[in-house]
Amino acid sequence: MSDIVLKTENLTKHYGGVHALQEANFELRKGEHVAIMGDNGAGKSTFVRQITGVEQRTDGKIWFDGKEVNFSGPIEAREAGIETVFQNLALADDLDVPSNLFLGREKVLFNLGPFSILDRKAMRKATEAALVRTAVKIPNLSSTIRHMSGGQRQCVAIARTATFASKLIIMDEPTAALGVQETAQVENIIRTLKENGEPLILVSHNMRQVFDLVDRIVVFRRGKIVANLRKQDTDGNDIVAYITGAKTGQAELQAA
Amino acid sequence: MSQTSHGIGGLSYDAKKRPWPAEFNVFLALVILVGAFELIGRVFLGDSFLFNTRENVSGIFNEQRLQIIILQVSIVGIIAIGVTQVIICGGIDLSSGSVVGATAMIAMSFAQVATVNGNPNPKAMFIDYGWTDLPVIVPLLVAIGCGLIAGLINGLLIAYTRIPPFIATLGMMVTARGIAKWWSKGQPISFPTDSFAAIGKGLMPVVIFISLAILFQLILTYTKYGKHCYAIGSNEDAARMSGIKIANHKVLVYAIASILASLAAVVLSSKNLTAQAGMGVMYELDAIAMAVIGGVSLSGGRGSIVGTVIGSLIFGVIISGFTFLRLDAYYQEMVKGVIIVGAVVLDQWRQRRRAIGA
Repeated sequence: MSDIVLKTENLTKHYGGVHALQEANFELRKGEHVAIMGDNGAGKSTFVRQITGVEQRTDGKIWFDGKEVNFSGPIEAREAGIETVFQNLALADDLDVPSNLFLGREKVLFNLGPFSILDRKAMRKATEAALVRTAVKIPNLSSTIRHMSGGQRQCVAIARTATFASKLIIMDEPTAALGVQETAQVENIIRTLKENGEPLILVSHNMRQVFDLVDRIVVFRRGKIVANLRKQDTDGNDIVAYITGAKTGQAELQAA
Repeated sequence: MSQTSHGIGGLSYDAKKRPWPAEFNVFLALVILVGAFELIGRVFLGDSFLFNTRENVSGIFNEQRLQIIILQVSIVGIIAIGVTQVIICGGIDLSSGSVVGATAMIAMSFAQVATVNGNPNPKAMFIDYGWTDLPVIVPLLVAIGCGLIAGLINGLLIAYTRIPPFIATLGMMVTARGIAKWWSKGQPISFPTDSFAAIGKGLMPVVIFISLAILFQLILTYTKYGKHCYAIGSNEDAARMSGIKIANHKVLVYAIASILASLAAVVLSSKNLTAQAGMGVMYELDAIAMAVIGGVSLSGGRGSIVGTVIGSLIFGVIISGFTFLRLDAYYQEMVKGVIIVGAVVLDQWRQRRRAIGA
């Protein structure tokens, strides 16, 4: 039990009459990289939103880092150590890179409540260090995110999660809108995280990427977890069969 | 700044070739406008718009005209500062003009003298209570209180009932104007104390306007509050997911905007030595126009107080320039309308060109 980072029990979310997520039981161990796969509307993003406190679950329990948790919002989840790269990037287009990296947790020179004076130099330095560490290429830190390519934006978003030493990183389709080279760059960052032993949940549609990067694959279909397989015990066709519903029933992982 | 020639990760970057700040374009427009009035004046009237042409007055510039230009925009300019941060935050405030009216009436009635020329002040609202000749801090606090209440109502409505800012502040616009008329049943309120009258005397409105502009430019650039304004206007979902307390921030933004409007009311009623229920009509639109002309994007996330100040100067130059050319006030309004629409079209065009370039 001690090496389990995240565990959910009967996690359920209804949007009105829509049962977006039903009784999801999920576990993530220390240093483990797990992929979540499934068709559009299968409940992947809903699952992520319940864990990260963006939405409030209808039913079920979540344990994180050994404690049962009830996050009332994303900031609480983040303070507990869950960092998320969202599908819609969650960057502010009109702000520069340091401002985006530190959005919502700015370094402050003088604390004057909402009118606290920002420590812009320190944030800039920390940003440079973070980008060097994750090997992200950005020509100019002070230009706004609006002027950057999709890959650069995604890298900024990922650098943000990697900067703040966290206990769990969640990425929701981090390469969905990226080109080949940019995707490779993001995947390299993910490998670096693996080497550092940081646990990760990767929501992805990309079969090759999933088999390249993760240890375990969880398949969602119609709001339910239908498969939970170690990478070496399965293959692409098998996963596709679960995603499309050709294979049904809960495929359970053998106790290790 | 040791690494300006190189970007992060080995990409080269030439700091000299970065795009101009948007404020520079606005300033250029101001210069061109002044130049145009100067040229037209020289050619058609044989007189200078900008420079001193009279022998009996010293100085290079026509100081009188320059003073009038900035003086007549400084009161609406104070409102425009508040409106700018509201627009940057992705909102809009239509209530500021009416808040000026209501605040002017209420604050002025706490700033009245007891006797005029030896007789009891005929206009004094609270003479029966003995609330006359009060220290200047009283009407000032009353004004700030009025602004705070109006702003809190705006902000709470927008943040918690999630109605569009346009509707919430439209409601406040109508309501506050009603309060302004009801307060003294339409009667003007006059005869302020000397200390109250000093607030708007001479060039004091300009001093207040510029001080507030500098203060808020610094706040928007160097504080958490400012950073969050841009973040919310730029991508509200991102701001929310980053843990910024959107609702609290919005309440604060609208409260500050209305407090600035109420300060403008103090300056205006002090300058005019009277308060009337019709004060500040259309000021909200002039203030929005100043911000828009100054490059503040109505879609939020972009703009600055510096831009708005230059925008307000463009406003002042147009009004003053038309007077200088002895054109009817009707034309001023028509041209003002064209310039507001033109500024927004220009902003859209600039945005689209930028999007293609990215």
